Amino acid sequence: MSFNIVVLAKQVPDTRNVGKDAMKADGTVNRGALPAIYNPEDLNALEQALRIKDKFPGTKVQVLTMGPARAAEIIRESLYRGADGGFLLSGREFAGSDTLATSYALACAIRKMGKIDMIICGRQAIDGDTAQVGPQVAEKLGLPQVTYAEEILKIEDGKITVKRRLERGVETVRCPFPMLLTVNASAANCRPRNAKLTLKYKRANTATERNSLEEDCGDFYKTHPHLNITEWGTADIDHEPEWLGLSGSPTKVKSIQNVVFTAKESKTLDASDNTIEELMKELIANHTIG
Amino acid sequence: MNNIFVYLEIEDGIVSDVSLELLTKGRSLANELNCKLEALAAGYGLDQVGQQVFPYGVDVLHLADDKRLEPYTSLPHTSLLVKLFQEEKPQIAFMGATTIGRDLGPRVSSALFSGLTADCTSLEIGGYEDRKAGKTYENLLFQIRPAFGGNIVATIVNPDCRPQMATVREGVMKKEIVDPAYKGETRKLKVSDYVSDADFVVEVIERHIEKSKLNIKSAPIIVAGGYGVGSVENFKLLHELAAVLGGEVGASRAAVDAGLAEHERQIGQTGVTVRPKLYIACGISGQIQHIAGMQESAMVISINNDPRAPINAIADYNIIGNIEEVIPKMIKYYKKNSK
Ligand SMILES: Cc1cc2nc3c(=O)[nH]c(=O)nc-3n(C[C@H](O)[C@H](O)[C@H](O)COP(=O)(O)OP(=O)(O)OC[C@H]3O[C@@H](n4cnc5c(N)ncnc54)[C@H](O)[C@@H]3O)c2cc1C
Ligand SMILES: Nc1ncnc2c1ncn2[C@@H]1O[C@H](COP(=O)(O)O)[C@@H](O)[C@H]1O
Repeated sequence: MSFNIVVLAKQVPDTRNVGKDAMKADGTVNRGALPAIYNPEDLNALEQALRIKDKFPGTKVQVLTMGPARAAEIIRESLYRGADGGFLLSGREFAGSDTLATSYALACAIRKMGKIDMIICGRQAIDGDTAQVGPQVAEKLGLPQVTYAEEILKIEDGKITVKRRLERGVETVRCPFPMLLTVNASAANCRPRNAKLTLKYKRANTATERNSLEEDCGDFYKTHPHLNITEWGTADIDHEPEWLGLSGSPTKVKSIQNVVFTAKESKTLDASDNTIEELMKELIANHTIG
Repeated sequence: MNNIFVYLEIEDGIVSDVSLELLTKGRSLANELNCKLEALAAGYGLDQVGQQVFPYGVDVLHLADDKRLEPYTSLPHTSLLVKLFQEEKPQIAFMGATTIGRDLGPRVSSALFSGLTADCTSLEIGGYEDRKAGKTYENLLFQIRPAFGGNIVATIVNPDCRPQMATVREGVMKKEIVDPAYKGETRKLKVSDYVSDADFVVEVIERHIEKSKLNIKSAPIIVAGGYGVGSVENFKLLHELAAVLGGEVGASRAAVDAGLAEHERQIGQTGVTVRPKLYIACGISGQIQHIAGMQESAMVISINNDPRAPINAIADYNIIGNIEEVIPKMIKYYKKNSK
């Protein structure tokens, strides 16, 4: 038994580390100052795929990401950790996509990848925390889904048994292939980069990246096809143009408002013993505490 | 036609709080739009649902009562909603931003090609002008949520696609009975007209749903820790203070991401919304996604070593100092001065 697995992974700004230096004077985030990272739960998703590959030799793990040229970094990172290959879906037609247009584009690309047994996503991307793209892709491809996966318990008889982590408990479900899985952060962490694979794939890149290099690669990528990261644009997928990008996005941003918190009449206190004691006394006296 | 729909979440025959909160919001929007409020209950043994939801002003309750619909699985509930929405053409549909709502909502929106906005913190009705297309729209649903990129709030609209769908977390809206004797109509759906056998491919083998042990939502005092708390060790100080004061410990997302606290404790737009009597924010900078979940606290004390931390603007008391130093003092002087 072996499987064809696609992992959906997204490059996101590191919203967990919006430190003071990333804030501009007007209170907005300087996105340029934020590192672009592998969406954390997509690494949990990749690990689940690699574990299936460990168990079922011959399994093929491919990573699909939609984003700008630099998102090829996601594919390389995946190769370093054990993925077999990857696709970057890129082009200005995809710009301005909401989750629905994103899932449409990803679904079109997955159809192009041939027979797929399993699609594994992260639960949610940290730039929006929406958790919509996985289920939307499943619906577009007519697949059953298992969301919030924490552990794959068993794969047999063409079915996968999964432990799900819910808000208030756990659930074990069994689902036939082909199917889509979304993986929680509470699942196993992703294995680190493998030194051998990192050396092997260091020069893996897309045609776009190659063209911007100073050096002339000559025939190198022709003789090393495994180092070629496939780049797909709209011409490579069967699609309806109006379903992509802005026109394919039913949600529109009407307005963005800067919120200025109306400052309360607040008291600023120092941390001295005396001040803290007075504060505690006051809170006890007015029955806020105690 | 063109009414407001709420998908009801039901556990052991009890309609969940988040659904009742959405019904309350839905009722007031329905009054504003002069349309009806409808609800869908899908599950098994739903006889008691009507008496629970009619007092919230439900005009039509659709019941899909079938053994196979309980417990929840994605495909049959999706098929039900998709077909019902195709027939009834609601203008607006709400679900809880719960594990179920976030599993179901995106599938339904994908099938119907309708926009879905997650984790809204406010919902309003208003007009919209699409200058590029030269079109104006009246009475759209404004789906309002904090956006990434600073203290900014985005208003999202779905001008052309119906229903306009949104998810909201538990506790964000308030539930309120409009009339204990409110009269609504019950419509029983013939389930086999809506779902097919192929929808039941996923089997639930085992299920343990516990009542959450944590009760952050109703704690009168919350001691919340942020990234500035710095370590699991320091977080224990917060637990100590909370125990002494009779409160619960909450956390910011940064603290949760750093592994300092469990996800269940996260307060904010994508966590829990709380309205305690006292909120003590320890080492929390006060980004809008966090503030969205605690701004209605009656009193806020911030402990932060940065006098310019944004949280200070909404706090009643700003203690400028390190939490390692301040919290032990609070514990000490509370013990000393309380009875
Ligand atoms: C889509 C999305 C959804 C989000 N949802 C949520 C949510 O639901 N809840 C949430 O909280 N966040 C959420 N966030 C994240 C939010 O934007 C902030 O990143 C987060 O709230 C910051 O947490 P923090 O204040 O703990 O950390 P920081 O911003 O890093 O602040 C740490 C603070 O600690 C202070 N400090 C440092 N050391 C000490 C010390 N020794 N003593 C005292 N003070 C100290 C610092 O001065 C600073 O003010 C979300 C973000 C996105 C993009
Ligand atoms: N642009 C993208 N490219 C590849 N995968 C994506 C993309 N956007 C979302 N995903 C996948 O969908 C999941 C949920 O994303 P979201 O709905 O944005 O929270 C992510 O964890 C990824 O697995």
